Amino acid sequence: MKIVNFVSLIGLTILIAGSLVKNGYEVGDTATDFKLKNIDGKLVSLADFKEAKGFIVIFDCNTCPYSKAYNGRIVALSKKYSKDFPLIAINANSNEESQGDSYEDMVKYAKKHNYDFPYLVDATQEIARAYGATNTPHVFVLNRTHTDLKVAYIGTIDDSPRNASSVTKRYVEDAVDALRAGKPITTPKTKAIGCGIRWKDA
Amino acid sequence: MVRLEKLLSEISTPTDEIRVYNFWATWCAPCVKELPLFEKVNEDDKDVKITLVSMDIDLDPNPEKVYKFIDRKKLQSRVIILEAADPNSWINKIDQNWSGALPATLIINTKTGKRRFVNSAMKEGELEQLIAAVKI
Repeated sequence: MKIVNFVSLIGLTILIAGSLVKNGYEVGDTATDFKLKNIDGKLVSLADFKEAKGFIVIFDCNTCPYSKAYNGRIVALSKKYSKDFPLIAINANSNEESQGDSYEDMVKYAKKHNYDFPYLVDATQEIARAYGATNTPHVFVLNRTHTDLKVAYIGTIDDSPRNASSVTKRYVEDAVDALRAGKPITTPKTKAIGCGIRWKDA
Repeated sequence: MVRLEKLLSEISTPTDEIRVYNFWATWCAPCVKELPLFEKVNEDDKDVKITLVSMDIDLDPNPEKVYKFIDRKKLQSRVIILEAADPNSWINKIDQNWSGALPATLIINTKTGKRRFVNSAMKEGELEQLIAAVKI
C-alpha cells in the first residue's frame, strides 16, 4: 500500500510541476488582468473598461516587419470593435535585444500611426509569458463572462500578412463577430510565421 | 524556390545524413546572427546536411533580396526559399511545438525518426549537441 501511495504521490507531483511550467494560455483558459504603462504615461488595466464585453489583446512591437505589414489592419480592427471589444496593444520586446522598441520609440510610433488604442509596455515581460505570446503580432481575443475573462481566440490576424487585399480568412474579425453573435468560434487557434518576441535572457 | 510538398517529403525520406532545417529570413536579426553556427557545421561535419529555409517570400514575393543576401554573406550551406501559402495549415506539420516565430530549427535523423526542435536562436555549441543527440 505504501509503495502505491508513494507512486501516486510522485505522479501527483509531476502533474503539479507540469501545470506550473505550462507555456501560456490555451483557448478556454482564464486570462489574467494587468497594470501596464501606456504611451501617455498612465497605467492601464482591463478592469478600467467597464463596458467592454471582451478585448482584442495584441502583443506587438515597432520593429518587426510583420507588425509593420499589419499596422494599418490593427488600427482598422480597433476602429471597428472599440465600442465593445477594445483593442489593447502590448509591446513586450526587450529594448536591449531589439533596438527601436524603447518606451520613447513606442510613443513616437503610436503618434505616427495614429493609434487610438492603448499601447502598453510589458517591461518585465511577465504578461507576455503568462499569456504565452511568442510572435509579433500575436492576438488573444478575450471574452468577458460575469466572473472573469476567458481566452476565446489565439493566433494571427488573418491568412495574408503580405497583402491585406488578398486576405481570405479574417480570423480575429470572425472570432469577435462570433462572440458578439453568441456563436461558437470556427477557428479558435491559428499559427503564423512571424518575429519572435525578443526575450531579455536571449 | 521549393514548394512545401517537396520539403515535407524530404523530411520524411530516410537518408544517411542527419538533416538540419533552419527556418530564417533576411529581415530577422537573431536568424542572421546565428547563421555562422550552421555554416560551421556544414563545413565541419560531412554526416550532416544543413538546409537554410528562407521564409522571406511569406512577406515579400520578390526573392531577389534573398539571392543578394546569399551572395553577400557567401553562404555555403544549401538555401531554399520556401513557397507555401497559409502557414497556419502547415506549421504543425514541421513540428507541433513551432509557434511560427523565427528562427526555428529542426534536427532530424530521417532513418530513426529521432528529432529535436528549437524555437529560438541557437547558443554556441548547442547545434552540435543536438546533432549528437539524434545520431545515437
